[in-house]
Amino acid sequence: MEEESDTRKINNSFLRDHNYATEADIISTVEFNSSGELLATGDKGGRVVVFQREQESKSQPQRRGEYNVYSTFQSHEPEFDYLKSLEIEEKINKIKWLPQQNAAYFLLSTNDKTVKLWKISERDKRPEGYNLKDEDGRIRNPLTITSLRVPVLQPMDLMVEATARRVFSNAHTYHINSISVNSDLQTFISTDDLRVNLWNLEITDRSFNIVDIKPANMEELTEVITSAEFHPQQCHTFAYSSSKGSIRLCDMRQAALCDKHCKYFEEPEDPSTRSFFSEIISSISDVKFSHNGRYLMTRDYLTVKVWDLQMENKPLETYQVHDYLRGKLCSLYENDCIFDKFECVWNGSDSVIMTGSYNNFFRMFDRNTKRDVTLEASRENSKPRAILKPRKVCVGGKRRKDEISVDSLDFSKKILHTTWHPHENIIAVAATNNLYIFQDKVN
Amino acid sequence: MEVSTEAKRIMVVALGKLYSSRAQRGGLRLHRSLLLTLVMKSARDMYHAAQAPTESVASGCEQQQQCSSEITTGPNGAQLDLQVHNSPRTLPQEEVQGSPTELHRDAPARNDAENKENQCPGGPLQLSRKRRGKAAVEPDFLPCKKAKLEQGPCPPQLIVNSVLMDYVNCSSELGAPPTPMPLQRVIAAC
Repeated sequence: MEEESDTRKINNSFLRDHNYATEADIISTVEFNSSGELLATGDKGGRVVVFQREQESKSQPQRRGEYNVYSTFQSHEPEFDYLKSLEIEEKINKIKWLPQQNAAYFLLSTNDKTVKLWKISERDKRPEGYNLKDEDGRIRNPLTITSLRVPVLQPMDLMVEATARRVFSNAHTYHINSISVNSDLQTFISTDDLRVNLWNLEITDRSFNIVDIKPANMEELTEVITSAEFHPQQCHTFAYSSSKGSIRLCDMRQAALCDKHCKYFEEPEDPSTRSFFSEIISSISDVKFSHNGRYLMTRDYLTVKVWDLQMENKPLETYQVHDYLRGKLCSLYENDCIFDKFECVWNGSDSVIMTGSYNNFFRMFDRNTKRDVTLEASRENSKPRAILKPRKVCVGGKRRKDEISVDSLDFSKKILHTTWHPHENIIAVAATNNLYIFQDKVN
Repeated sequence: MEVSTEAKRIMVVALGKLYSSRAQRGGLRLHRSLLLTLVMKSARDMYHAAQAPTESVASGCEQQQQCSSEITTGPNGAQLDLQVHNSPRTLPQEEVQGSPTELHRDAPARNDAENKENQCPGGPLQLSRKRRGKAAVEPDFLPCKKAKLEQGPCPPQLIVNSVLMDYVNCSSELGAPPTPMPLQRVIAAC
């Protein structure tokens, strides 16, 4: 297992150094499972790679559990919609784990149009000694069988297999941007630009549409849904964010169609910061409930905001992720970076929030101490087990040593996807086609 | 004018992006297309805001008379009406400036002819801004073959038009294509 991860690292550095990195290897989503034992990544090529934390050994206590490849499978393939002459990308947009209920692991993975439920299970025994087949699997000559032989389970090398248990398809006209498993563990929602559909995990041939913001005349369209998530404890509550910078909280008990929100969160725009790009940068790219269910976090292009569910007219806290980009919006618009969708994530205790930026930087904000830090995920600047050095972007004037100026930032290196272990201070950060896992320093 | 140059540039870039997104793998992205349309609208508004105080009534005049031009085009057989958007801000200025108004008013005679034909009912009321979500406007600085959008003259207009129309077609549910009702739309020229 150890060798596998080393090989993967070597392969990655080879690819990076020789610029052979293929687009299919670009990581498009990362997610820890609810115990933190497993970490799943999805990529543009439709593959899912699951890492498992190795058991901590008493003999080497300073070597905390590392994550090694546990299973790799092809979740989605490219498809072609013949009716509309459209290709459907195989890129995995989101992965969500189901809490573990038996020995097998279950996760939902989705591309633009189809959600799949995958079962990942271990096999460490194999039946041997069939009556009618020999060891190679060939049918034995019946004339040579003189006695009954019952197969016996023999141990074998551990094999991890992934099987698609359910395929939830044909429910989305637009592109799926998020999925969320309900706390009831029986239903989940899938969300596209204009609709939210509710599914039962057991039933694949129908879903219920619970939000529909498609206008009768598409030319009157002014906003789209960008993300949706179930409340972590209340199985009847979910929230969805819009491209206009607002969040709506809906209660499924009120009506079958949740077009009427029960709470509407929006901060009035500051007219002094209005520009050509105000609409683009106010579009929310990610929405996440806090673990305790009392707060919502949203990410737009330049900020992360924490909202109190009891206060709708303004956020509780606003954090500037990379405000130095405000003056560069025109260039970022021309090179398409302004359309990047960054995710945001809470730590287990909801005291720290994290989100990505450019130049392989990612930012952490401590909500209690109000301190923030910028770190970099790069091979050159961090050796294994080295402590990450905080980075700083110099905005203008004199650049100090170790600072990097805004114009030197590499906008092709962006950290869009990050995830935090549910209980410990372990984070996984996806930097294009590389996965970085960082842990707290062991004392 | 810095603002108007930047606005122009932003509009042009937006159109380029909208057009190239048609060839993108995975089909047109609704969110991205919507944001680009909104940027174009912002740029258009700022452009007109920048133009209005400096430009004399001439353009205000032309705009007013162009305001009701209707254009039909039918690349897919669908009828689409083009309505050039007028900025009501130019109106008060027109009233203020006396003589230049007279001069310029005579100049584009063909506007009048067309105007009679294509005048929308409601006259001045028509000048009220109708904000359409995904509509873009024809900026007056571009050499548009005004009021005659048949196949040929302004291919970029057709393309943008069909970009937006395609998306509606492609993304509509399985079923009948959009009914051929005349749609009130304004298109940006490139």
